[in-house]
Amino acid sequence: MTAWPILSAVTFLPLFGALIIAISRGDDDIGARNARAVALWTTIITFLLSLVVWIGFDPSTPDFQFVEERPWLGGAIQYKMGVDGISLLFVILTTFLMPACILASWTSITTRVKEYMIAFLLLETLMIGVFCALDLVLFYLFFEGGLIPMFIIIGVWGGPRRVYATFKFFLYTLLGSVLMLLAMMAMYWQAGTTDIETLLTFGFAPELQTWLWLAFFASFAVKMPMWPVHTWLPDAHVEAPTAGSVILAAILLKMGGYGFLRFSIPMFPVASDLFAPMVFVLSVVAITYTSLVALVQTDMKKLIAYSSVAHMGFVTMGIFTGTMQGMQGGIFQMLSHGIVSGALFLCVGVVYDRIHSREIAAYGGLVARMPLYAAAFMVFTLANVGLPGTSGFVGEFLTLVGAFRVNTWVAFVATAGVILSAGYALFLYRRVIFGALEKESLKSILDLNRREIICLAPLVVLTILFGFFPMPIFDVTAASVQALVEQYEAALAAHEASTATLALK
Amino acid sequence: MYSAIVFLPLLGAIIAGLFGRIIGAKMSEYVTCTFLVIAALLSWISLFQVGYGHAPPQSLPVAAWIESGSFAVDWAFRIDTLTSVMLVVVTTVSALVHIYSIGYMHHDPHRPRFFAYLSLFTFAMLMLVTSDNLLQMFFGWEGVGLASYLLIGFWYKRPSANAAAIKAFVVNRVGDFGFALGIMAVFFMFGSINFDVIFANAADVDGQTFTFLSWEVDAMTTICLLLFMGAMGKSAQFLLHTWLPDAMEGPTPVSALIHAATMVTAGVFLVARMSPLYELAPVAQATVLFFGAITAFFAATVGLVQNDIKRVIAYSTCSQLGYMFVAMGVGAYAIGMFHLFTHAFFKALLFLGAGSVIHAMSDEQDMRHMGGLRTVIPKTWAMMLIGTLALTGVGIPGLIGFAGFHSKDAVVEAAFAGHGQIAVLAFMMTVIAALFTSFYSWRLMFMTFHGRSRASADVMSHAHESPNVMLIPLYILALGAVCAGFVFGGQFIGHHWAEFWGASLFAHEDNHIMHEFHEVPYWVKWSPTVMMLTGLGAAYYCYIVSPATPARIAERNKPLYDFLLNKWYFDELYDVIIVKPAFAIGRVFWKWGDGRLIDGLGPDGVAARVLQATGRIVKLQSGYVYHYAFAMLIGIALFVTWYMFAGGVQ
Repeated sequence: MTAWPILSAVTFLPLFGALIIAISRGDDDIGARNARAVALWTTIITFLLSLVVWIGFDPSTPDFQFVEERPWLGGAIQYKMGVDGISLLFVILTTFLMPACILASWTSITTRVKEYMIAFLLLETLMIGVFCALDLVLFYLFFEGGLIPMFIIIGVWGGPRRVYATFKFFLYTLLGSVLMLLAMMAMYWQAGTTDIETLLTFGFAPELQTWLWLAFFASFAVKMPMWPVHTWLPDAHVEAPTAGSVILAAILLKMGGYGFLRFSIPMFPVASDLFAPMVFVLSVVAITYTSLVALVQTDMKKLIAYSSVAHMGFVTMGIFTGTMQGMQGGIFQMLSHGIVSGALFLCVGVVYDRIHSREIAAYGGLVARMPLYAAAFMVFTLANVGLPGTSGFVGEFLTLVGAFRVNTWVAFVATAGVILSAGYALFLYRRVIFGALEKESLKSILDLNRREIICLAPLVVLTILFGFFPMPIFDVTAASVQALVEQYEAALAAHEASTATLALK
Repeated sequence: MYSAIVFLPLLGAIIAGLFGRIIGAKMSEYVTCTFLVIAALLSWISLFQVGYGHAPPQSLPVAAWIESGSFAVDWAFRIDTLTSVMLVVVTTVSALVHIYSIGYMHHDPHRPRFFAYLSLFTFAMLMLVTSDNLLQMFFGWEGVGLASYLLIGFWYKRPSANAAAIKAFVVNRVGDFGFALGIMAVFFMFGSINFDVIFANAADVDGQTFTFLSWEVDAMTTICLLLFMGAMGKSAQFLLHTWLPDAMEGPTPVSALIHAATMVTAGVFLVARMSPLYELAPVAQATVLFFGAITAFFAATVGLVQNDIKRVIAYSTCSQLGYMFVAMGVGAYAIGMFHLFTHAFFKALLFLGAGSVIHAMSDEQDMRHMGGLRTVIPKTWAMMLIGTLALTGVGIPGLIGFAGFHSKDAVVEAAFAGHGQIAVLAFMMTVIAALFTSFYSWRLMFMTFHGRSRASADVMSHAHESPNVMLIPLYILALGAVCAGFVFGGQFIGHHWAEFWGASLFAHEDNHIMHEFHEVPYWVKWSPTVMMLTGLGAAYYCYIVSPATPARIAERNKPLYDFLLNKWYFDELYDVIIVKPAFAIGRVFWKWGDGRLIDGLGPDGVAARVLQATGRIVKLQSGYVYHYAFAMLIGIALFVTWYMFAGGVQ
């Protein structure tokens, strides 16, 4: 629609930055400094460019916008990009968080800085690509390709058990990916195209839908992660460097939810409806089970990782209600969680950089010396708890409203999880921030420096702003989600009618 | 005007919170106090406009909040008599507490933070009472919970304060769990959570059923019960009351504002606001009545034996909240609101008075280390005396009395006039509780101010009367404690009640309680007064005439005494059946569920199997040529055999 391919520009600008870093010379301090500067400016410009997309976006239509289409690989596959109300904000979230990640790695990464920055920029390109791709193969390339830089980031710059964590991550995702690839091939044989826009309205046969749904589910459920395939997440988080954790929690997890919204619900509505009860069960188990596990953690990052699993439970629950509130709530919850969990990992990183411990027991009484840090951490903790007035509440409550309309048991158990989230989050806060400052190692700890304030302040503002005025997000998503819900309901009604006529015959 | 009332405290909180370190503690105090006083004056104006002037109720939209499909919620103010009464209560007490805190927190280095929290609390509370829909109410509801959490844990170095803060938040969340489900159920049944829509359609939904969990239930009853669960948490009703006494870890002005006058009454307000629904749900009403009665009695029994001056008043608050719910339960919403209104004055007075005592005694709170303070701090004594007279309900039946006399006796009479067996129970419980109330209140007075001093000489030598900045709020509250009953009684619960409340309180056409409670027999009207006098006499005997008696009685009834002293062992019970199991289950899920089961069968198991299998293959590769040759031979033999049999058939 626009004269020049802005989505491709947003997507590949980070890659361009990575190239610049790669060809620039010098492995010494100056080289590292240059690499940091280039990475930071690249991510900032990418973010600004992505804002142009948001400004130019027309929220009144559910159609894909800024579509670019080029034949590729002999015409069977095409290079097709575009965004709609569902994907746009994930792009913005990604570009928005990247500068914060680069800043968070400013001093904590001292070895192989160039390679680190290249990996991150490459990762950004691949992540944006996932949300923009409108072709199955293209999507798959971005989706799976994103894992490689993440492996490397954890495996090279990670903690002591990084190899174990990477392999666990790999084992889980491998299984899902293989199945998804098979399903994509099956879809190609059926529909004769890999164009997502066409596939959205193709209407697969109900029996086939079941198998395709399961294959996609295997991949997305691991990404999400849903219980019981979540155990890679705590390990990966614990071993990843701070910025890696931020990206993992804030963006990579959202690809699962995005996948459900982009593929499972619209392309396989009958199967989605069929498996919804299973998803509900897994979701509420995730909410309660992982909340209880979070309660007894002794490692800050693990605690937040488990709480992420619980929060993603609300997302999957909301999406599969098939209601407007559930889906919009799910999207909002993902965006909010992206901001909040990313910020929480940044907060952990702040003290980790100073004390080099993630053990909760190593802290206590930080408020006495770090009042700014305590205030920021408080805001994110409350958002994690889902307090009204923070972004955490809006999504959580809407998914619950959606769930209540579909199944009260689900809403009941999930709401009970809200009690537990208050327990573990405040318990963590109390042990780290409150109490008397008695530990010798903490007596000289310093409050947030300027770089960290720049990193966290926008996140604080957004967390509160979206708690009071979430409408910008709902405005963008409304039309697309509305169309999705209508399509979903129509497909189910059609299926019901056809089975009814079959039964009559 | 209403925007000013609600947002001035928020502005004050932001100024004191963000810029407190720049503008200094003094400035933070002045800013927040000034804003609150303005808000309080405006609130009184609103009460006279809306309540006395019968201005029509109005709804003032502020901004859009959430809009998702049919789920649309705005930030909006709903202004009617119910709101104005609450506005007056909240802003008046809050303004006085702000001023009082200037003196009380004088030595604290974190004053800007304290005042920011106080103002933040006030803002949240105002959002709650002005709300035009259930979700904004829930916002205020959780917001006051947050402020309460922050203020209870204000002295963050004390482990007990931190524990109490978390406990308050989490126990409240248990109630909020019900509230949230209630909101969802309302949306499910009514298709909206705006009050106008709900109230307009209440009659249509009446009698409808829906499937909740696995049962087909009456919609109205379920909604009301779920909402009441929220009210129970916030208003510290029986079973969810455990956080309130612990909340006394916070600074005393906080206890006066949040845990006596305003926040804990939010549950009562919720039931009053939703009266159009409760009137259609008799089972829910009976439940409210039952829990109110039990709480009034239970908390009063525990209050009898506590030694911490603040905890006595805390249990008293809990008990008085029970009274309010009794009134709600019999359908006498106006009486419940009236008791809420008067209670705010005299309970805030008692708490601030207790704060003045604690201030004088160098932070001593144990009444066993007090006594004889009447001569040392006479002004505080006088104020506490007025508070006690008001709380115990001193007055001449049929004529005039202190604030508590008018409202509390009305509750007792309404309970008598109520219908059903639970109303009988409620009447008995409230009368007995009146006896206990009188006893523990006078016990507090006698132990603190009379008799011989039991404090150390050092403490006594420092004991001093509080400064005027603390005393003047006490005088104003005392004025309310004396006059609020007879000045406002006629409008709130007298013959003009219907015009005064307008449409803000709803009464079913069969509900005549507001007339019936006037016509109860004489012995009923006298019974609370008799109980009050009996309690006074007993306390006088036990703590003035023969101070050895209480110890003797306690000794003789040790199990009962321990039972009461340990608050019916609720904390211990909850610890055993909820807190410990939650942590234990968490550990089991983590170590066994995640560790052994999922990882064991999943990635770790797969990795281990792969290693095992490769280990075996490595063993096979021995390196000797004849091993390989032998293996090949077997292979060929098997292949040929298979070929002969399988292929031969073709």
